[in-house]
Parts: sequence; C-alpha cells; structure tokens
Amino acid sequence: MPAPPPPPPADPAAPPGFAAAPSPGAVEVREGLHWIGALDPGLRSFDVILQTELGTSYNAYALRCSAGVVIIDTVKAAFTAEFLARLEQVARYDEITLIVLNHLEPDHTGALPALLARAPQARVVLSPRGLPMLRALLGAGFDSYDIGPVTTGHSVDLGDRRLSFFTTPYVHWPDTQCTWLEPDRVLFTCDLMGSHMCDARLFDDLVGDFTRAQAHYYNCIMRPFRSFVTTALDLLEPLAPSLIAPAHGPILRSDPQAAFRHYRALTGARGAGRGAAAGGRSLLVFYASAYGATARLAQAIEAGAETEPGVHVSMIDLQAQELGPFTDLIEAADGIVLGSPTINGDAVRPVWDLLTRLADVETRGKLGAAFGTFGWSGEAVRLIEARLQGLKMRLPEPGLRVKMHPSEAELAEAHAFGQRLAAHLTGRAEAREVDFAELASR
Amino acid sequence: MDKASLTFADVAITVNVPAGTRIIEISEKVGAGITYGCREGECGTCITHVLEGAENLSEPGVLELRVLAENLAGKNDRLACQCRVLGGAVKVRPG
Repeated sequence: MPAPPPPPPADPAAPPGFAAAPSPGAVEVREGLHWIGALDPGLRSFDVILQTELGTSYNAYALRCSAGVVIIDTVKAAFTAEFLARLEQVARYDEITLIVLNHLEPDHTGALPALLARAPQARVVLSPRGLPMLRALLGAGFDSYDIGPVTTGHSVDLGDRRLSFFTTPYVHWPDTQCTWLEPDRVLFTCDLMGSHMCDARLFDDLVGDFTRAQAHYYNCIMRPFRSFVTTALDLLEPLAPSLIAPAHGPILRSDPQAAFRHYRALTGARGAGRGAAAGGRSLLVFYASAYGATARLAQAIEAGAETEPGVHVSMIDLQAQELGPFTDLIEAADGIVLGSPTINGDAVRPVWDLLTRLADVETRGKLGAAFGTFGWSGEAVRLIEARLQGLKMRLPEPGLRVKMHPSEAELAEAHAFGQRLAAHLTGRAEAREVDFAELASR
Repeated sequence: MDKASLTFADVAITVNVPAGTRIIEISEKVGAGITYGCREGECGTCITHVLEGAENLSEPGVLELRVLAENLAGKNDRLACQCRVLGGAVKVRPG
C-alpha cells in the first residue's frame, strides 16, 4: 500500500477556538476498525430545527476483516474529499467488499456516490425502508450496483468477524437501522445516542462535556419518536456492547451500559400527570377566549369529560401561561382538546403557537378535538382539526362550533361533547354508523 | 350501486360506502388516525391494519406490494390510499 497521505487540513470555516484544533487522520477505534468520518466545527444549524453551537461530526468507519474491508456510513457531501482521504489511509478501494448504510439522510450518504464510483464492486446493505431513498439518491445508477435489504436477524460473515443488523425504524427516520460487530461487541447506532458536538478527540473519555449536546440532540431529533427510541433501546441494550459508535459526536467507550441508562433517562415521560399516575386516562382542555364565550364552552366540555370514570381532565387558559411546559404535559397525555375563537378568519396566535410546538413530541394516535366560538365565519375549528390530523392524531368527534355566546342548549351539547371524547379515551364510546353521503359536509 | 361497510376501530365509527371506495377517502373524513403522506402509494404513511374482512378488499398491485414489503408490513396490512372496499364488511385501524 502506498504511503498514507497527510491528514486533511482543518476546516477553513471553523470558528475561533476550533480552527487551531488539529484535524486528525483516520483514527483507530479498535484493532482493524478506524474512524474515517469528518469534522464540521462551523455548523450552527442542523436540519433547520436545532442549533449546534458545538458544530458536529459525521462519523463513518472502515473495518478490515479477513474477507475484505467494510465501510459503515459515509459523510455529508461537502466533506467527501476529507472522508475519502481518511479512507485511503487505511484501505484501497478495490478491497472494499461491503458498504453498510444505517441511515439514508444526506449527512450520512452525501459521500456515497463518490465512494461507489471508486468501489463499484462493493455490496451495499441497508434496511428495506431505505431502498426508495437510495433509488432517489443514485438515480439511474441504482440498478448498476449490488444493493440488498437487511433486517433484524440478517448477518454477514466477514471471515474473522461478523456483522449483524437490527432494524430500528424511526430513530429518527423510517429507514434507520443499527449494526452489530462481533466478536468485538461494537454497536454502530447511527443517529441513536448521537450528539452534535465537534471534538477532534473523538472518544467520550477524552472530549469535553457533551451531556447537554446529547440531550439537545435527543430533544430536537429523537423525542418525536420516543416510543420507537424505547423499542430500539430494548432491542439493543441486551447486546451489552463494549463500545457504541454513533454517527454524530463522541464515540462511547468508557461505560456503554451507563450510556444506555443515561439515554433511557432522556426518553422518560416528563409531564406524567394525575391521570397517568392513577392508572387512568388524561385529557387536557386548552383554550383561548376573547369575550368568554370559548371559555364557557371549555368549562362545559371539562365538566362533561369529568363524568367519565377513569379520566382526569385538566383545563388550561393559553393566554395566561408560558407555552413551553405544555409540550411535556401533552407528551404524557392521552388526549387534547383545543378551543379558539375565530378572529380574522383564523385560530388565534396562542393556539397556533401551541400547535407548532406539538411537532416536538410524539402525538401519533392520541385523541384530539377542536371547539370554538365565532362571530361571522368560524374557520378556527376546521383549521385546528386539520393540524391535529397532520400530527396523526385521531379525531373521533367533529369539532364543536358555536356562533357568538353559547346558549344553554349549546352548553349542554358541549357537555355531551366532553362526555363522548372522554368515552373514546376509555374505550366505552358508543359505536356509530353513518352513510357516506352524511360525510360530505365534513 | 353495491354497498359495503367500513369500520374504523380507533374512532368507533362504521361508514356505509359505495363499493369501490378507497379507505383513505373515508378515514380523513371521520378523523381516523389513518392519515396520508404522498397519497400516491409510495411513502407508506397510510399503512392500515385490517382487523376483519381482508377478503373484501381489492388485490394489491405491484406498487403496493413493493411498498408494503419495503415497510416490513404484516400480512394484514394494506395501503389506505391504494386499496378499495369491494363489498361486505371491513374493519381497520391505523397500522
């Protein structure tokens, strides 16, 4: 093999404090296993949705086995040259027999086309859900490569080593998987347990504190898929790895079992209220009210829902509260009801602010409903319902709309509306039958 | 016109529909948790678990079979945007 090239230069975009840090060449993680990723100290915003004051790294790995060389994940396209330079320090392209793609997001597959152009003989394995993404990434070239899906239970014999695959969907994309290396007991988790932190020292016992960076990554990237993360941890923790190799941030080698415990603590429900504590169901009634009309509906809905045994109801005035803590509360709740007056043909800002925050937590399958009063047109309820449906919630009752202040009859309907919603939470809702034509107005 | 019934278990409602109706056309209207993404049979967002009456649904096409396989769907899972209720009674929940 020719003499290895010098390590790539430090990122010229690196901010003060990072620029002086040496950019390493390929780094040995274990015997025959090298880090060949890239450092991105200048990154300040990731996927638009989170700030990254510590930059990030794109961790990729080269594994030398008796049956050839395996590449596990790649890097963001802008760092292709850096990635290839590190790869070339530890392997020739014609030695590569296998490329493992744990996740198809561009920050891990950006360098894949360049890698495949140099190692077209390599077999590419990924989860079945990754196939449509890979087709889109490679375009017409897809069919010219040896590409195959793998799932939990599949493994590849590499001679002196073996790779096994664990399908872990929605941590944080549908395609995500983890890869397990034996006999080394190294677990490649891609984004799971990762952190946006750029530190050339790479290993958790050498880098600066990354506790906040990992929690921030979980909160912004993984939290909307909390139940899937828990399932993945249940699948992976019994492996008892000796080293966890995520695709961002520090490589976790000092105490992998403690790393699992720490990550499980992040995934715990933070807003568990009385309903959950009592083994019952919890329903949150949020409202904003301009003249008290929507507030009266909220009170009637709350009173109605309270009549259902086993349902704990909370009523919250959105105008009198900071919204931040409600994401915790909603994460732990079984259902939410949102009330808004219609002003200027729209729901009011506090309601939209809350709805916007719901993208931060897992809402799929929760019960949702909307209500509100209006003077002229009453669009708010339909708009809220559309947003709740977009959050993949179930909306068993059409929204309740009342013109001006509610009458006694309308308050009675609101009470019944609350009763029915609560019954849907306990599974005691009365089964209904309607004709197709009746749905036309919905 | 032939009729069929389609029950959405997660919102406890049965809809009497014309034969040939796609599940997604109704699920949105009744507020079921079966929601769509691309609506073109590609993304798998609308995967639906068929609890009863799978035999009353249209046969899956090549595209649906591929998307179901790539999404590791079970044998009673279908795409709500693709399959049609042909008659009889069908009961579903979000997949």
